[in-house]
Amino acid sequence: MATVQHTTTIKAGGSEKDYWKDLWLNRQLLWILSKRDISVRYKQTLLGIAWSVLRPLMTTVVMVFVFSYLAKVKGDPEIPYPLTVLSGLTIWTFFANTFTQISSSILINSNLVSKVYFPRLLMPLSSVAVGFVDFLITFGIFLLATLIFRYPVSWQVVFLPCFILLTFITSLGFGLFFAVLNVRFRDVGQLIPFLVQIGFYICPINYSSSLAKGTWFEKYYNLNPLVGIIEGFRWCLLGDKVYFNPNSLYSTTVISFLILILSLTYFRKKENTFVDHI
Amino acid sequence: MPVIVAENISKRYIIDHQRKNGSSSLRDIVSDQVDKLFSNKKDLSDFAEKEEFWALQDVNFSIDQGDRIGIVGHNGAGKSTLLKILSRITEPTTGQIKIEGRIASLLEVGTGFHPELTGRENIFLNGAILGMSRNEIKQSFDAIVDFAGVEKFLDTPVKRYSSGMYVRLGFAIAAHLNPEILIVDEVLAVGDTEFQKKCLGKMRDVSESGRTLLFVSHNLTAIQALCNKSFYFEKGRLIDQGETTHIVTNYLSKVSHKTLEKHWDNMDNAPGNDQVRVKRFKLFPEYQDDLNHIDVRTPMNFQFEFWNLVEGANLNLSMHLYTFTGECIFNVGTQSEPFAKGLVRGTCEIPGNFLNDGSYVVSMMIVKDTSTVLYNMEEALIFDIEDYRENVTWYGKWPGYIRPQLNFSIRQTEHVVND
Repeated sequence: MATVQHTTTIKAGGSEKDYWKDLWLNRQLLWILSKRDISVRYKQTLLGIAWSVLRPLMTTVVMVFVFSYLAKVKGDPEIPYPLTVLSGLTIWTFFANTFTQISSSILINSNLVSKVYFPRLLMPLSSVAVGFVDFLITFGIFLLATLIFRYPVSWQVVFLPCFILLTFITSLGFGLFFAVLNVRFRDVGQLIPFLVQIGFYICPINYSSSLAKGTWFEKYYNLNPLVGIIEGFRWCLLGDKVYFNPNSLYSTTVISFLILILSLTYFRKKENTFVDHI
Repeated sequence: MPVIVAENISKRYIIDHQRKNGSSSLRDIVSDQVDKLFSNKKDLSDFAEKEEFWALQDVNFSIDQGDRIGIVGHNGAGKSTLLKILSRITEPTTGQIKIEGRIASLLEVGTGFHPELTGRENIFLNGAILGMSRNEIKQSFDAIVDFAGVEKFLDTPVKRYSSGMYVRLGFAIAAHLNPEILIVDEVLAVGDTEFQKKCLGKMRDVSESGRTLLFVSHNLTAIQALCNKSFYFEKGRLIDQGETTHIVTNYLSKVSHKTLEKHWDNMDNAPGNDQVRVKRFKLFPEYQDDLNHIDVRTPMNFQFEFWNLVEGANLNLSMHLYTFTGECIFNVGTQSEPFAKGLVRGTCEIPGNFLNDGSYVVSMMIVKDTSTVLYNMEEALIFDIEDYRENVTWYGKWPGYIRPQLNFSIRQTEHVVND
């Protein structure tokens, strides 16, 4: 038991200055909640963790068949199309999973919200863990695929962590906003799968964003921070043959951080009254 | 030294009358806004749909280190809201609270237990949720398992636990928290008597170790046993605070529906008929010491006065005693006797140490010729009997309708001498 005097002040709009310290002190809880989510994920399923392998694998097969064989969509030249799909899918699935989990994280943990205090930000943060495990598995599949296609991963792979971090920031930015909204309006539960489905097509997952090059909507297209992230992620893995404009990273980073800051402010403003609406 | 100082705490909730469930849908909001655009009676419609509700209003108090505070009040008086604010689950609308020291609140047993996880995993999960560090949990792990008595089921998912085991494990973890201030809400309402006993024992340990305790319960016996001071909330306001005995007596006198006397001075409007009319039914408790409430020790005298309007009528009284929930505990009657016109008085005594604590209802019949009911007054008198215990360590509800003192003793009948 610490003997340090610990003073707490509770008041309206109570964004007390110790918030970030509190968050840090509760890091063990973050870890335990993450572990909980991971370990209960496949309880009472027949295939268990195999689902995390099967899903991206089947999606890739279907996408390759539909886009490449039926629709004759071209990926970046000189790159095996399945690798284009799989790399896009890897980072997209990470984003989509985390985004979905974050936006429902407060509701899913409503029993905790109404009974015990801890910095509420722990819930969205811990819900990222499951998505990250899935990401690692999909990434493993991708690496296997590069061996099969005899396409060595390029040296730019050292930048990979930056793009993973950027994805995390973007999903947190979007997710936090919807997590707050979800507490008040259950419409969000209906909206999220729809948004994810749309995102799957408007982001350059099954195609290269070079298709948008020179069109009138290119500048709007690039406003989507995920475009830069997906292309950048692909560039890290598959090298310079990938269509990627490093300059787009500026706008991507700025937009992502801006969204995160806005969402975070919104979240912090509302988090002390979550329980009144759950 | 005060460890908790609350100033002007208020909490407002907006009640949406229109919507039945807590969460509104976006469509409702949009259509409301559209309606408002086209409506002239803006304020009026606003007012009709939304109502302010002050769960707490202008609450001020200060709690010293080592105080054990009991919080009493009706449902909806604001007790739970106060605990929620103190545990930082929700924030006050106005005012501020300063808390010195580590605070732990126990508003539920087994908060955050995941049914799919094993007992072992849930101990770490729940402990962390309640604010224990991994090391603290590790140190008290064996004690927790021992206290809960779940050694054999440590690696079983808690969804396979009986509800008793589940609650025991939840409480065991909470009991090993080591906060300077402990907030407990009504956890004793769950679980069997054995478990309640353990809970109260543990809470007494906490209070005796000089830590600060806030305890909300409807179990006044437990509050009286554990708390030195109490707060009495009514309609969101802290209307009284002070010594527990004083507060509890005050609270009881306000909550009961008791009717210890009914009387009519004028025969014309008195209940009855052309044969008998009621004058006065009254209960005289023989209060003990300087108490002014009836507890299980208090003998009670009843008087039933009525006017007999028929010369020479053969009358007797029949009294039923019911629990508040309607079970009949007994029925007693007087001998039937002829009476002249005028006042008749029946008396009856219920001795102390006979009825259990609870609320009771007396009904009174005036019977003619031992067979015809002339007049029957249901709910003639209503009274409450408070609990009182000496030299016991258990404060759960005492079972049974009656609690007589019988000649019941034990003694040694054989002595085994060691060779």
